[in-house]
Amino acid sequence: MSEANNQRAALSDKTAEMAVAGFTFALGAIAVYDSWRIGARWVGDGPQTGYFPFYVGLIICIASAVNFIQALLMSKEKNGVFVEVGQLKLVLSVLVPTSVYVVLVALFGIYVPSIVYIAFFMLWLGKYPWWKAALVSVGTSVFFYCVFEIWFKVPLPKGPVEALLGLD
Amino acid sequence: MDALNSLLDGFAVALTFTNIALMFAGVILGVIIGVLPGLGGANGVAILLPLTFSMAQTPGGQTSAIILLSCIYWGALFGGAITSILFNIPGEPWSVATTFDGYPLAQKGRAGAALTAAFTSSFFGAAVGVIVITFLSPIVAEFALEFGPPEFFAVYMLTFCAFIGMGKEPPFKTIVSMMLGFALAAVGSDTVTGTLRMTFGTATLLTGFDFLVAVIGLFGIGEILMTLEEGLEFRGASAKLNLKVVLETWKELPKYWLTSLRGAAIGCFMGIVPGGATPASFMSYGVARRMSKDGDKFGEGMVEGVVAPETAAHAAGTSALLPMLTLGVPGSPTAAVLLGGLLIWGLEPGPLLFVEQKDFVWGLIASMYLGNIAGLIVVLTCVPLFAAILRIPFSVIAPIIIVICAIGAYTVHNTTFDVYMMVVFGVVGYAFKKLAYPLAPLVLAIVLGDRAEASFRQAMLVSHGDMSIFFSNKLVGGLTGLALFLLFWPLISWLIRRLR
Repeated sequence: MSEANNQRAALSDKTAEMAVAGFTFALGAIAVYDSWRIGARWVGDGPQTGYFPFYVGLIICIASAVNFIQALLMSKEKNGVFVEVGQLKLVLSVLVPTSVYVVLVALFGIYVPSIVYIAFFMLWLGKYPWWKAALVSVGTSVFFYCVFEIWFKVPLPKGPVEALLGLD
Repeated sequence: MDALNSLLDGFAVALTFTNIALMFAGVILGVIIGVLPGLGGANGVAILLPLTFSMAQTPGGQTSAIILLSCIYWGALFGGAITSILFNIPGEPWSVATTFDGYPLAQKGRAGAALTAAFTSSFFGAAVGVIVITFLSPIVAEFALEFGPPEFFAVYMLTFCAFIGMGKEPPFKTIVSMMLGFALAAVGSDTVTGTLRMTFGTATLLTGFDFLVAVIGLFGIGEILMTLEEGLEFRGASAKLNLKVVLETWKELPKYWLTSLRGAAIGCFMGIVPGGATPASFMSYGVARRMSKDGDKFGEGMVEGVVAPETAAHAAGTSALLPMLTLGVPGSPTAAVLLGGLLIWGLEPGPLLFVEQKDFVWGLIASMYLGNIAGLIVVLTCVPLFAAILRIPFSVIAPIIIVICAIGAYTVHNTTFDVYMMVVFGVVGYAFKKLAYPLAPLVLAIVLGDRAEASFRQAMLVSHGDMSIFFSNKLVGGLTGLALFLLFWPLISWLIRRLR
């Protein structure tokens, strides 16, 4: 039952095509709107600042509209599965933690969230014993600290924990 | 002969202990990057670029830095073949065609032969590419010294129209992808007047979008999400590569000299014209299958079917650096990243590089010869080691790769905003890839957007807004004409098919 459910289409090609075309149209429209605001005309001394991006945006809108219509007219036979439920679950199982991770990076620096993130993956998806997860995740962060801060002198974001340890 | 003399000087620059050590380090790193899912040539180099900032400030350091980065690229080109043959997973898009015959060969227990054939052909393709660069680039550079803004704009236009005319993707999708790149490049302050565009009052958008972040997101995160769909397990053939197998395969390879030469020619052409390594490898495979007398056996495990795509992919990957060095127009995303590196180190790619930075240019070209030899040695001796990396479970390697990508995105401008953008670009890359929107034009447009716009506006200022300046002499007219032809090629070919 769950096997069949996993292979069910979560999203069809047609829907995905239309969604992406709509998305790119919106981006094009933003470019058109803002370029018109700052001036997209041809004046005495040549093109205004918005001239180039205005037409770029306009082309995006037109091409997106064509893509949208092509998706709309897609025949039933051609409308395949964009992503199956099972696949989508796998993709989200990485995408959601990653989104949380990048927010944590902004708050706590790169090292501590990386430890949590790697350990989380190993425990949750890999079902590793906690000591292996701890070893790999802490080891990786220490390794990156050595490479970036010490060897190559490239500072990475740090947070309260590093400050507490006096590594700032 | 001038080229040969310059090349010898180049060898003198490249042949220092540090540089040779960097070559081997670069190749090994590159192969690892090429083998790992989610890390490829373009974003691997993008992530490691910040590490070269301090290196490039020492005397001669710029040459060492480019040697390190270009060797990572050669390594990644080699590495893609390993995963294709042993695991049927193309580590890089250009090694997709290698899986067609490489994996069947491995299943028949001839993995060693397939790997040897792939590496040797890669080496041959790269060697041809480097020879082309050695002799052709000084000529192109000298020619390009005469270029003014209209000529440069015509070259940019040709580059982008080539994607539309020669790409396999639907033309309107290519246009959307490319124009999105231009729009993203326009964000921030206008290079000519300094006016702010599309920043909507936010300070974070002042500097605009950096293409390095886009590369890391689109190719890195996007690739990981794609790989995930296939499941979390890698199953592969075992890699045994000993001297006997290598020598036996080398005895067999000269039979395919014609296939190799054809592959190299296709590759060089597609690399210089920005077609890129991926279409070159497919094209070469297709041609080889049609021309070979064993054509119907292709796909069942023919050594020739490995030789053809690998030669072309490497020839294209190498010769993509020619327009990057001589015109400042990269032929592939990885070449674009290398170009970004040059700009950050304070070098201006383009014809003047050959006049003002002789040591750098020829040191780089000489290092291409040496780097590929280093690459061949490394891959032939260390395959089992690299294959072992792929056996690290996904739940361990995936988060580590994402952490590396995040660090890479952060170090571009030292802002966490770029790390958010990386994830956004990752989702976009995933959707675009699945729906056949090409990513290469998007990346190249972000890189070249500002300069294409600047040359367009300069040309317009010169001509007082008269578009006919793009047809004002034979050279610029020819370039523009060819660009327009390529732009409308999908329409023309459709009409021809209709008329038949």
